[in-house]
Amino acid sequence: MDHFSLWLAAFLTLGIISFLYKDNPWYKLTEAIFIGISAGYWVVTLYWDNFYGKFWVNKGEEPTLWIGAFFGFLMLLRLIPKVGWLSRWPLAFIVGATSGLWLMNYFASNIMVQVQATIMPLFSTGYGTGFDADFATIVANFVIFFGTLTGLVYFFFSKEHKGAFGVGAKIGIFFLMITFGASFGYTVMSRMSLLIGRIDFLFGDWLGMIQ
Amino acid sequence: MRREVPLFITAIVGISFVIQYFIPHPPFSNLSDWFSDWFSIIQACAIVLGALNLMKISFLKVKDKKPDWGYAAVIIVSFLFITIIGLSEGEGFRLPGTKFDWIYNFIFIPLSATMFSILAFFVASASYRAFRARNFEATLLLIAAFFVMLGRVPIGDLLVWFMPEGYQLSNLASWVMNVPQAAGQRAIMIGIGLGVVSTSLRVILGIERSHIGGGE
Amino acid sequence: MSTKVKEILAVVAITIFCLVFYIGKINGWETIEFSFTVSMIVISLLVLSLVWILILTIKGNLIERRIVFLFVGIAVTLPLFMGISQKISSSPEVVSLYESVDALPAGSKVLISFDYDPPSAPELQPMAEAFIQLCFEKNLKVITMGLWPQGPQQANLAFEKVFSSEKLKGRKFEYGVDYVNLGFQTGNEFVVQRMGSSFKSMFPTDYVGNAYNDLPLVKNIKNFSNIDYCFNLSAGFPGTVEWIQIGVDRFGVLLGAGNTAVQAPQIYPYLNAGQLTGLLGGMNGAAEFEKLTEIPGKGTKFMLSQSFSHMVVIAFVLIGNVAFFMSGRKSMLEGNEE
Repeated sequence: MDHFSLWLAAFLTLGIISFLYKDNPWYKLTEAIFIGISAGYWVVTLYWDNFYGKFWVNKGEEPTLWIGAFFGFLMLLRLIPKVGWLSRWPLAFIVGATSGLWLMNYFASNIMVQVQATIMPLFSTGYGTGFDADFATIVANFVIFFGTLTGLVYFFFSKEHKGAFGVGAKIGIFFLMITFGASFGYTVMSRMSLLIGRIDFLFGDWLGMIQ
Repeated sequence: MRREVPLFITAIVGISFVIQYFIPHPPFSNLSDWFSDWFSIIQACAIVLGALNLMKISFLKVKDKKPDWGYAAVIIVSFLFITIIGLSEGEGFRLPGTKFDWIYNFIFIPLSATMFSILAFFVASASYRAFRARNFEATLLLIAAFFVMLGRVPIGDLLVWFMPEGYQLSNLASWVMNVPQAAGQRAIMIGIGLGVVSTSLRVILGIERSHIGGGE
Repeated sequence: MSTKVKEILAVVAITIFCLVFYIGKINGWETIEFSFTVSMIVISLLVLSLVWILILTIKGNLIERRIVFLFVGIAVTLPLFMGISQKISSSPEVVSLYESVDALPAGSKVLISFDYDPPSAPELQPMAEAFIQLCFEKNLKVITMGLWPQGPQQANLAFEKVFSSEKLKGRKFEYGVDYVNLGFQTGNEFVVQRMGSSFKSMFPTDYVGNAYNDLPLVKNIKNFSNIDYCFNLSAGFPGTVEWIQIGVDRFGVLLGAGNTAVQAPQIYPYLNAGQLTGLLGGMNGAAEFEKLTEIPGKGTKFMLSQSFSHMVVIAFVLIGNVAFFMSGRKSMLEGNEE
């Protein structure tokens, strides 16, 4: 890495970090550069990875792609107010395609498979019929079954949370609190990891103070 | 026409993807393949639209000399800088040693990585100021967070050095993640899945029409 | 002294500090590593600072957020100078992923999807490097791609790092035969859906423009049925969830995942249901995987900083709550006296 490159990277890094002190022109400059560079990065990558390969290298191999190109062109017409309404067609295509695919994917993977993994013998390993699970597995099976069930009970708002149903919902809240607590812990871990990476660049790659 | 055609497109495309799940053979597999290819191209154009819109807004800001127009000029210059370099370098624009690769390593990475890394400071500050165990549920949340945060780093096991192997904080954190946490996540996941299925059905059947806009 | 003058002096001091150490680096100064005694002194000072913050907070003076920021920065930075090594345990989900890759015979084709960008690199890049090195050590063929545009370049960086490692020195890896980088495609989950019928249709060229059929490694790969294992590195959408929904549940792919710590909790139900062969969660997962594969990297190096940062956040939460409860008790007692 040459000197100019390292100092430029450090200048940009410290410019973003300066926001922690207060909003300032240095931060605003680096933010503007980030926005412009990000937008340009997407455009360049899309051109070479999507359009060039499909319409130049492989031209003629899949003629149906030109229909997709036509829809893509209609999307760009959104910039012109008079004919902007034509962009509803590709938008409708995207929404329809996503809805169709998600309907089946979420039903299969997020509902069916998950329910199957919850409704299972509590005292057996896997889907067996023997009483062969060890104590830890039995406890885990019970916790997963009742945790999932009570969590779902909590989310059922069509019935008032009273009596036995209310007790189930209350237990569901406890499981959800454990879930959110774990998510918070992991979020802290993730954010700190990102910071450690940048500190490593500043004190390691730039200033050479650490290995 | 302006509303009917988009609704028709949504319905046809949506139903095709549902049918191809059950009948993954021609002609439904062909439809699925074509629609997937078109989706990729349309999404690429949507992103280009976003970039062009950004340029339009920035250009108007510079032209009308609105407040902070200087930064809008920087956005335009940065965009043109990377776009011209990237488009002129050919197919190997990302290879090590190219100008585009230099921009990625010494401009894009420092900016994007640092932008998200400052969240760490805000997480700590928010935890100090706002995270209060006001009731049992909040206390439970806190305790779960503490066990996971301590158990997922080596220092956690150091704090409970007296516990036997297999009963350390790391084992507890692992159990919390794999059992009660997974149960709660699964309940959320099934709930979201039911919501997605019902919303997708409403969109495909044309009951939900917000995506085609209002008016004409 | 006015605030403006103080700010200017601070900027000048920081600039001089940076210049001195940068020039020192050029002149070959050694890196700084605290001895055990110095490390303990630093830790004691950090603990005493926390006690001071606790006292101030109990008195009713919530310390300014910029002091909190400074404290977090110091707590994350100083451990990087300490040479303290830590014992890294192995979670069952990490062991499971390692074993599933270890069971692959030589010559197996592994598809790695790089679905992340530079902000997530501190967590996911060490996983990528360790995984690719493991694949090459086991003579597996590696095909990379990305659902995020920066993915292929992160893959390149990982390959560069792996090829310079000690364990693989002397071995030659030929692009197009031993490994291929297919590049990026828009379409999110539709890319995976399309790959289920034809890889070539979604990736007509690789990341440098070579036609798909010109690459010996991939030209006979029609779809997922020709892939032996998939590893997904994911920082959000599109990512592991889409790979599970389509790659695993629809096309029967064997999938392992490496996720950022933000996303990892959401993936555990899939792991529990058997839809994943294993999961690496966050930097901790990266460190555990590096230990299992005996490929020490940044995941292991950063764990001490990670430990300190967690302790600091826990300390701040406890301090805030202690002060909250004490002020609550105080106002309750004052109310009773009245």
